[in-house]
Amino acid sequence: MNAQEQKPFAVVGERLPRYDGADKVTGKAIFGPDVALPGMCYGFILRSPHAHARILSSDTSRAEALPGVYAVVTAADLPPAESADHRYARDNTFASDKVLYVGHAVAAVAARTPAIAEQAARLIAVEYDVLPAVTDVLAAMRDDAPILHDDMRTHSLAGHGDKPSNVASHFQHLKGDPARGFAEADVIVEREFHTATVHQGYIESHATVATWSDDGAPSNGALTIYTTTQGSFSVRDHVVWLLDLPMSNVRVVPTEVGGAFGGKNTSYLDVPAALLARKARRPVKITMPRPDVFLATGPSSGAVFRVKMGATRDGRITAAQAELYYAAGAYPGSPVGSGANVMFGPYVIPNGQIDGYDVVTNGPRVSSYRAPGGTPANFAAETLIDELAEKLGLDPLEFRLRNHAREGDERLDGGTHGHIGGIEVLQAAQTCAHYTAPLTGPNRGRGVAHTAWGNWGGRSSCALNVNGDGTVNLVTSSVDLSGTRTTIAMQAAEALQLPPERIKPSVGDTDNTGYADVSAGSRTTYATGIAAIQAAEDVIAQMRARAAALWDVPVESVAYARGVFASGADLRFTFAELAEQVTGSGGSVGSIANVDVAEWGAGFSTHIADVEVDPETGKVTLLRYTVVQDVGQAVNPAMVEGQMQGGATQGIGWALYEGYAYNEKGQMLNANFLDYKIPTALDVPLIETVIVEVPYPQHPYGVRGVGEPPIVPPPGAIANAIYRAAGIRPDHLPMTPAHLLEKLGVIES
Amino acid sequence: MTNKTLVSATVNNEPVEFLCEPQQSLLECLRDILGLTGTKEGCNDGNCGACSVLLDGQLVNSCLVLGVEIEGRAITTVEGLADWRGLHPIQQAFLEADGFQCGFCTPGILIATKALLDRKPNPTEADIRAWLSGNLCRCTGYDKIVRAVQVAACHLNNTCEVDA
Amino acid sequence: MAIVYIPPLMRDLTGGRDKVSVPGNTVAQVIQALDTAYPGVKARVADGDHLAPGVAVSVDGVIARLGPRAPVKAGSVLRFLPVIEGG
Repeated sequence: MNAQEQKPFAVVGERLPRYDGADKVTGKAIFGPDVALPGMCYGFILRSPHAHARILSSDTSRAEALPGVYAVVTAADLPPAESADHRYARDNTFASDKVLYVGHAVAAVAARTPAIAEQAARLIAVEYDVLPAVTDVLAAMRDDAPILHDDMRTHSLAGHGDKPSNVASHFQHLKGDPARGFAEADVIVEREFHTATVHQGYIESHATVATWSDDGAPSNGALTIYTTTQGSFSVRDHVVWLLDLPMSNVRVVPTEVGGAFGGKNTSYLDVPAALLARKARRPVKITMPRPDVFLATGPSSGAVFRVKMGATRDGRITAAQAELYYAAGAYPGSPVGSGANVMFGPYVIPNGQIDGYDVVTNGPRVSSYRAPGGTPANFAAETLIDELAEKLGLDPLEFRLRNHAREGDERLDGGTHGHIGGIEVLQAAQTCAHYTAPLTGPNRGRGVAHTAWGNWGGRSSCALNVNGDGTVNLVTSSVDLSGTRTTIAMQAAEALQLPPERIKPSVGDTDNTGYADVSAGSRTTYATGIAAIQAAEDVIAQMRARAAALWDVPVESVAYARGVFASGADLRFTFAELAEQVTGSGGSVGSIANVDVAEWGAGFSTHIADVEVDPETGKVTLLRYTVVQDVGQAVNPAMVEGQMQGGATQGIGWALYEGYAYNEKGQMLNANFLDYKIPTALDVPLIETVIVEVPYPQHPYGVRGVGEPPIVPPPGAIANAIYRAAGIRPDHLPMTPAHLLEKLGVIES
Repeated sequence: MTNKTLVSATVNNEPVEFLCEPQQSLLECLRDILGLTGTKEGCNDGNCGACSVLLDGQLVNSCLVLGVEIEGRAITTVEGLADWRGLHPIQQAFLEADGFQCGFCTPGILIATKALLDRKPNPTEADIRAWLSGNLCRCTGYDKIVRAVQVAACHLNNTCEVDA
Repeated sequence: MAIVYIPPLMRDLTGGRDKVSVPGNTVAQVIQALDTAYPGVKARVADGDHLAPGVAVSVDGVIARLGPRAPVKAGSVLRFLPVIEGG
């Protein structure tokens, strides 16, 4: 198809500027920490200095007596727990009997100034009985490991454990007969990998302002929360769950969000701020200091993998087996399930077995991080894929192509692949400018890695209201993390057949919009876009009916195209003319669409990395980097490129720089942006992007999720490039100079 | 009570006077006293650059400067870039080149870019990367930021090629 | 009747069968019917009125957000899976 002649869309696919752009470059955009209410006071959270300790006693009297202090709250202020999950969430808000990580919240204070609040918090006397701590996932599984939860038994579909354990759960995927598959293999490779805990590293800290209306019939005290979050309704659900309030009485107003990446799916400050505000009888603001962000929020799991793969001489994978051990932090819920799905995700595995273990450790309870659990699993699997290709003498992309899944192929988890573009992505990588260019010079190498990631659908809501001048207000409840107001409005403009400047999008709050799941899982442009299209189609249907009534013609005779309603040869209204007519009499036109998009499909991404390894220092320099990805249909290619480049850079940080460092007491040693190093502008090259568009049939315009896949392949691509450059196979993340020098034999471990 | 100090300074070309406590940072004074919340706090220890402002034309992390230190001096924040004529060419360039995603590090990066282009009107890519290495961005991967700085430079130097 | 794929770790209860048909209009009813046919199933997949921690169920390829209260149609296909989140 010639794109010039047959451009399918008028708005979708254009590089439009963002609706929120001007506010973002002028400092006018209001982020979480920018919110201030009249009469507001300030909260501070006292946190545990110990990684594991029993709380023997707690005395808040000196804090309460300090002038300027308005309220002190602890776990005693929370309603009792009703289930295990509820107790975990409650205890993670304020520790009750035990603290389980350094940074675990113990109490909170509200005071006239931030300084008084902090000073008062330090006056709270907490007596601890310090217990041994464990932060390493394998150490936490040993029989002699300190037990975090005395009542925890390993849950498995094979039955419950019979003694206390830090292994919260175990699952297994099984397909075919792995033993037979390995017996059929000509080449078998097997390795163990260790990956560090990493943080989402958003630059905006967490911040919340909570305020209550005083009690009074008929609604008995209503709570309003302003916060930086990925999901206003998720915050509402969490607050309602922990404070036992009617949903209607909790209003959550999302602010602009200064980076999130899954880390703002979780609510941390909202319940403490609400408790303080109720006691203090005035608005309370809590802003989390950066060290606390590292200590008490996020992160993503540190993990260990044992992986084995086999293939025949003609390059067919016969069997694959993996064990995944993910550290969940203090409470269960690591992303080991999605890690397992990523593990061999793109390939046909005739005989496979995956065992996943969710293990509690003395760290902050992990939160989602962009393609949760996928990046370290992909590092492990793609290293072995590369090794198989090398041993078989095959081009690494060719080997992946020979084993790639197609529509209808069964996955290891028992599901079936839908309409996917993985093969098109690999083919685009094979022919792109980067892969076809020679790489020369000593200590240099090129590596590739490839991933599947199952983007999500979920619940979304979008309202459209037509104004008398023919402009349209669009309101969604999906928080806009990096431009979804624009991509959703572009889809509405496409469906309404109006220029995008006639649409004005905004993000609503929980009182004035329909329910939406978190803006996460690469779902917002996809699923909320579907809601916008449905609302637009309803608006047009209503407008056609109103035109028919005004003209006294049958509605079937009213056609709509390119902003004009027409019937027969003579009757004609532009969208704006009809909008004026209908808002002038008979009531205005609007629509709200609430959707629950069940269909979702995997996105695919192939990365190509050129590196140079300094054999004396172990330093890795990225020379060139390319991201190839199937996005279904790019709604706004400039923003798609931004997602691909930004995701890749986070993956590069995971590969080379980032990792929590703990001492033997379980204390994090690098809880700041100096010692926890995220990539700077100096650490990455310009990142080339190749957008592949295999339209996704479940979306009217073919759109797929974009945000998550690009974080996954960088460690694998860089590790494979390091092998080509230096002849060593890294098996730890981050791949620090020290790790590479050990592998090179320059230093001892 | 803490003794407060009266500080007189120029902020975004306007004279200001404010009372601050001796331990309060310039960042706190800008945000909490003067209401200029365009300048952001990312780390409060000088490692992220989100709080970048110009102090007498010098790029500083305002979290590492005390409010009392700006007595008699001139500060430029992101709110001071645009004027009655409209957006500053640097702001315009970041809009054109999609040089931001969430927008939180953007004020600091815009200020750092101004400091760079004031000194070096034609920076190379390496110059830009080195200069901006004190400003962390977690969203973009820096690619579009670097290109936006290049576009800003050509706008300011009137060397941009006109789009076909 | 609904078709239930039995996860490998539960096949000790089903005599090695990996797919069984049981009646039920909700996930809870299907679990109850499974437990009647293969005692012990419920204790593994459920925790009181909830699914067991970390366990999700899909009905016709879609994760059932309502868990045990999710509706099941005649011929529906159920699978027990680990819980997945997005970032």
